[in-house]
Amino acid sequence: MSAILIFMAGLAAVAIWWLTQQRLTAKPWLEAGSTDAFPRTEAPAIEPAKLGVGVLLAVIGAMFMLLVSAYFMRMAYADWQAPPMPRVLWVNTAMLALASVALQCAVTAAHGGQLGNLRLALAIGTLASLAFLGGQLVAWRDLSAGGYFAIDNPAISFFYMMTALHGLHILGGLVALGRTDLRAWRSAPAGRLTLSVELCALYWHGLFVVWLVLFAVLMGWAADFIDICRQLLS
Amino acid sequence: MVDVTPHGADFIPPAEVAEVELYHPHSWWTKYVFSQDAKVIAIQYSGTALAIGLVALVLSWLMRLQLAFPGTFDFITPEAYYQFMTMHGMIMVIYLLTALFLGGFGNYLIPLMVGARDMAFPYVNMLSYWIYLLAVLVLVGGFFAPGGPTGAGWTLYPPQAITSGTPGGSDWGIIVMLASLILFIIGFTMGGLNYVVTVLQGRTRGMTLMRLPLTVWGIFTATVMALLAFPALFVACVMMLFDRVIGSSFFMPAIVEMGEQSPHSGGSPIMFQHLFWFFGHPEVYIVALPAFGIVSDLISTHARKNIFGYRMMVWAIVGIGALSFVVWAHHMYVSGMHPYFGFFFATTTLIIAVPTAIKVYNWVLTLWRGDIHLTLPMLFALAFIVTFVNGGLTGLFLGNVVVDVPLSDTMFVVAHFHMVMGVAPILVVFGAIYHWYPKITGRMLNEAMGRFHFWVTFVGAYLIFFPMHYVGLVGVPRRYPELGETAFIPPSVHTLNEFITIAALTVGFAQMVFLFNLIWSIRHGKEAGDNPWRATTLEWQTASTPPPHGNFGKELPVVHRWAYDYSVPGAPQDFIAQNDPWQPTGGRE
Repeated sequence: MSAILIFMAGLAAVAIWWLTQQRLTAKPWLEAGSTDAFPRTEAPAIEPAKLGVGVLLAVIGAMFMLLVSAYFMRMAYADWQAPPMPRVLWVNTAMLALASVALQCAVTAAHGGQLGNLRLALAIGTLASLAFLGGQLVAWRDLSAGGYFAIDNPAISFFYMMTALHGLHILGGLVALGRTDLRAWRSAPAGRLTLSVELCALYWHGLFVVWLVLFAVLMGWAADFIDICRQLLS
Repeated sequence: MVDVTPHGADFIPPAEVAEVELYHPHSWWTKYVFSQDAKVIAIQYSGTALAIGLVALVLSWLMRLQLAFPGTFDFITPEAYYQFMTMHGMIMVIYLLTALFLGGFGNYLIPLMVGARDMAFPYVNMLSYWIYLLAVLVLVGGFFAPGGPTGAGWTLYPPQAITSGTPGGSDWGIIVMLASLILFIIGFTMGGLNYVVTVLQGRTRGMTLMRLPLTVWGIFTATVMALLAFPALFVACVMMLFDRVIGSSFFMPAIVEMGEQSPHSGGSPIMFQHLFWFFGHPEVYIVALPAFGIVSDLISTHARKNIFGYRMMVWAIVGIGALSFVVWAHHMYVSGMHPYFGFFFATTTLIIAVPTAIKVYNWVLTLWRGDIHLTLPMLFALAFIVTFVNGGLTGLFLGNVVVDVPLSDTMFVVAHFHMVMGVAPILVVFGAIYHWYPKITGRMLNEAMGRFHFWVTFVGAYLIFFPMHYVGLVGVPRRYPELGETAFIPPSVHTLNEFITIAALTVGFAQMVFLFNLIWSIRHGKEAGDNPWRATTLEWQTASTPPPHGNFGKELPVVHRWAYDYSVPGAPQDFIAQNDPWQPTGGRE
């Protein structure tokens, strides 16, 4: 359970930092302001929707870190045999990175009100994401063609399950991104698209980071890294 | 006095929130069925939770009948008993308590108490309820599945949960249960995002975090915990579905069943226990923290006294929330673990008693020299404190490894957790319903029926669960549908079992009176007015009762003070509402 605990510690650090900004030591029973003035609410001045996506990403992150925890726990058993990872995963990683970058460009374009650039960036982002999903399917086909099915070994089961869950989250994001695309092509003013584009970009960055962690775990680097840490400590 | 008048460039939200931001219903369907109004969603959540809770109540009667009079009822086979037990536990913990506290009270109270028009994302909020309803329907579908619902126990421990010896293990029961849980978690996440973002972003002018009523603090912290803990259950459910449906070996070791080798090999049942309790222990506090918050407000209002140690109460809620994530393995002492692990988890478990005890002291000190009105909400709040202390003390026993090992899997544990997370939070649910029903319907609940309900429930719960501790101490194991002829179990245990069952049926009857009261009082209850309890929080200051869509009038209220200004010397009334600009020096301006 160390992976999830580290993740939780990270969240706790953010929460503690935030709480320290909130005047939690205030004594509300002694507070008095003049009658027409009142303390500000101290509500963070960001869009509620962005905060919502941020919280959602924390939840998604917790879920995948729990999977990673389970992966490491199960790995310690004798029957564990990791399959050779399909090479197409490298291409897929590049595709998702491209999608993330493209959506960030879309944010810049939306802020600048450049509808042409916005459409181009959105198109690249959407297509790269679809390419990522297609690539994941190719990876599944490669594995099963090599005779690695989900039930043969827990390492393979984990591969199918983690990629499937991650893919489903990308698919869910594509629904939102698709709606944004439609609005961009119906020539809604770029300014009004800003929030949607920003939300998509935020979600994509989050899922890209999740994928990088999963990729490192599935490729075995994370386990190697932990081994090195253990040796250093002992 | 601390002057908190804002200076310079402080951010002050606008006084008027445009009505167009709200989605107004245009038809009967969008007003009462597919409504995006948090208050309607709250009532939908509560109604569904109470309905499925009624099923769980009936299941508990059947179990008690079997325990007291084994062999009398032909249809309660051992398999059926396990199915009743599993469904009772699962429904009560997740589909009733979690849904009612967060989906029900959370939806109703958060927007009103923080002074918002509605939740941050009303559409997602509506989806949350419908997915919850779907989860409940799928769960109920288990009763009609071939082989019936799962009988694996509410913890669903593998390997037995998916082997053929367990009811529903090799049939549809377990699949239906896992699917229902997955749906519930998806639905809850949608709702949870709303509660968190609304508390953080939707607060009206002047409503700082430290002016929030403790109810909101409790629900908010519980929601954050639930958002982070439920993924563990989600992951465990998905992995178990893989094991059950395609035969992978995440949790399943090699097993020979009926002379046949199962397709599994090498899996780790302990891994499931880690994942399950990483969710399961925070779940206790997901249910308890909203109860803590609500009870603080009930006590303060009905004792006409400010809550003692507000700051400490807030810190304790946050502290309990954080600590509850590092105690999960105290449910696994008997699974075998490194002694140092046991030591660590016993220590963290006992440390939680500190913030919890702070809360109990503060409630008692709030009552001290208060003007205590023994109204129905107050009676339930007092009953909660007593019951929670009671259940908490046996928790200190069980938190120690050496005491837990012999008591584990006895009726003592059943008595402990029913006291602390069954009876105690349910008492708060009742207290809260008696308290806020006038706001929801505009009418008071019937007092006589309410008092009957309270005394039978409170005394009856003790008659049920107090003897059960003794039954457990003599070593009667839990999960046994029938004790049979066993040397170490004295005959008095059988007599006690019959006594407990009669008490349980009586308490069950009192709940029917309560349900009748809920329906009867909608039409025949006494008119309540806007603020029958003379309470300070914003939900009682709405212009009309029940509050309309959008909650407040044209302008959102402005908050001038904290939520606990009761019996302030020199004030014109014995309470000052949060949006009342009254000042002690200059008086009202």
